[in-house]
Amino acid sequence: MATFYGTAVESRLMLGTALYPSPAILAEAVRASGAGIVTVSLRREAAEARAGQAFWEMIRALGVRVLPNTAGCHSVREAVTTAQMAREVFGTDWIKLEVIGEEDTLQPDLFGLVEAARILIADGFKVFPYTTEDLVAARRLVDAGCEVLMPWGAPIGSGQGLVNPYGLRTMRAHFPDVTLVIDAGIGLPSHAARAMEMGFDAVLLNTAVAKAGDPVAMARAFARAVEAGRLACEADPMEPRDMAAPSTPVMGKAFLG
Amino acid sequence: MARLDDIADGGGAGRPHVLVIGAGVAGLCTATELAARGARVTVIDRAPGPGAASCSWWAGGMLAPFCERESAEEPVLTHGRRAADWWERHASGITRAGTLVVAPGRDQGELARFARRTSGHEAVDGARIAELEPDLAGRFARGLFFVEEAHLDPRKATAALLTRLAEAGAEIRWGTDMADAPPADQVIDCRGLAAADRLADLRGVKGEMLVIRSPEVALTRPVRLLHPRWPIYIVPRGEGVYMLGATMIESGDRHRITARSMLELLGAAYALHPAFAEAEILEIGVDARPAFPDNLPRVVRAGGRLHVNGLYRHGFLLGPSVAAEAAAVALGANHPSEWLHDDHPQR
Repeated sequence: MATFYGTAVESRLMLGTALYPSPAILAEAVRASGAGIVTVSLRREAAEARAGQAFWEMIRALGVRVLPNTAGCHSVREAVTTAQMAREVFGTDWIKLEVIGEEDTLQPDLFGLVEAARILIADGFKVFPYTTEDLVAARRLVDAGCEVLMPWGAPIGSGQGLVNPYGLRTMRAHFPDVTLVIDAGIGLPSHAARAMEMGFDAVLLNTAVAKAGDPVAMARAFARAVEAGRLACEADPMEPRDMAAPSTPVMGKAFLG
Repeated sequence: MARLDDIADGGGAGRPHVLVIGAGVAGLCTATELAARGARVTVIDRAPGPGAASCSWWAGGMLAPFCERESAEEPVLTHGRRAADWWERHASGITRAGTLVVAPGRDQGELARFARRTSGHEAVDGARIAELEPDLAGRFARGLFFVEEAHLDPRKATAALLTRLAEAGAEIRWGTDMADAPPADQVIDCRGLAAADRLADLRGVKGEMLVIRSPEVALTRPVRLLHPRWPIYIVPRGEGVYMLGATMIESGDRHRITARSMLELLGAAYALHPAFAEAEILEIGVDARPAFPDNLPRVVRAGGRLHVNGLYRHGFLLGPSVAAEAAAVALGANHPSEWLHDDHPQR
């Protein structure tokens, strides 16, 4: 089980709720994925008028934990305001914090992220920051009080998988006790399995399932990949080596006399 | 058969009187189908006349069942394919010129995916695109052409239905609430999102659109520009006028367009053709499409009335099919059941 701010969650797969063909397919995909946490973006315009109520009620009816996020925020102030609205709308102090710093790659503004995290933690939030594999930013976030970090695998929605496995491995090694979730860039179940094999605590994805031809089948595929990757990690995988090693050494051969 | 005799008599006695609430595309298609089946029809609408209060007013008017199948379920294609014939029978100004789908060079992956998820298209290269839409010559190297699709002007099409309904003896009462409605044998509720007061799982999906005039660009058919963040479509209304749409936001808000949405719509239009930068903005439209959780329309028997609702972004595409079933159910006639739901969550 992965632990997020003291809350243990059975499934290590987290699912975003945007871009599905319909809410009915979203609900079925969430069930098929077995995800225990779903993320929901809040548009500030919808929060103000409570106009998104019908959709949010459907999300709540899924019966899984909701992690609201500040998707699309480009400044600390926007992100803080959106987080406060989300707390009110969804009745949770969990917030996935996104402060976007670059329009084309949607990569996080790490400086703004750290600043916003400090403000929100002081305000009682449990912050899940969307960050990169940058170790210094990670340290600052942990020092600010983040118990969960969400490094990217690749840019949001790109489906490229883990583009910097070295950086991610290093991050895992540097923060053995922090809950690390690979967020963004996962395109295939094999990407998710790899993240789990590397010892990450969970993965969060959205587009890979929502935009698949059959989102429900893809959700099922991801559930199995995440489970397989985690099992492999716990089973202590072998080290790769350069030389062949016969899997049936002489000593192990049956003696046929 | 009794109903047909009544029509022959020219009298109203014995003919079932059906009250349709709502004169949007769902209500008018339903009224048309009822009248065709010999019912006496009264349509009421609380608006003073046809206009912006109805979300059909802001529709794109694309009859694009093949393209819609990219994200919609199979019935949208199977039933939507018959829509153009229906509109040709009941209105005028239907253009059968197909749909052109293009994507910027760096988003070719979007085009490949769209092709995989749809049918009824041919792959077109730059030369063929230039042949179909000369003003797009040299702008796109690859695209998809959906030859069987059509489009119409929603305001003209609904106006035509109103005229023909009046000719057929149906009564249309504008500015009329349920409280002032005449007694009827059957009530069909076609109020769109307003019926969320009775249908528990009806929600609004906000759409923002623009009507622009751009005499410098001549497009003859709907063009869809694929983009991972801001896919748009542009539908020619004739004389250099285009409908540019539309956002899809999980929100019931019907009144405010955001700067972000306007930027995205206009930015995408500019990417389609830079001359759109000089376009005059004629209208800004905002409304919420009524939708059920599966984004498919339904005919719902609930609370002593029949509901026709949830047409989502397919009012003109699926209105005829849903209306035919609703009219048959209301008049007790046989009809294959595609959209009917009896056990529906109510408020």
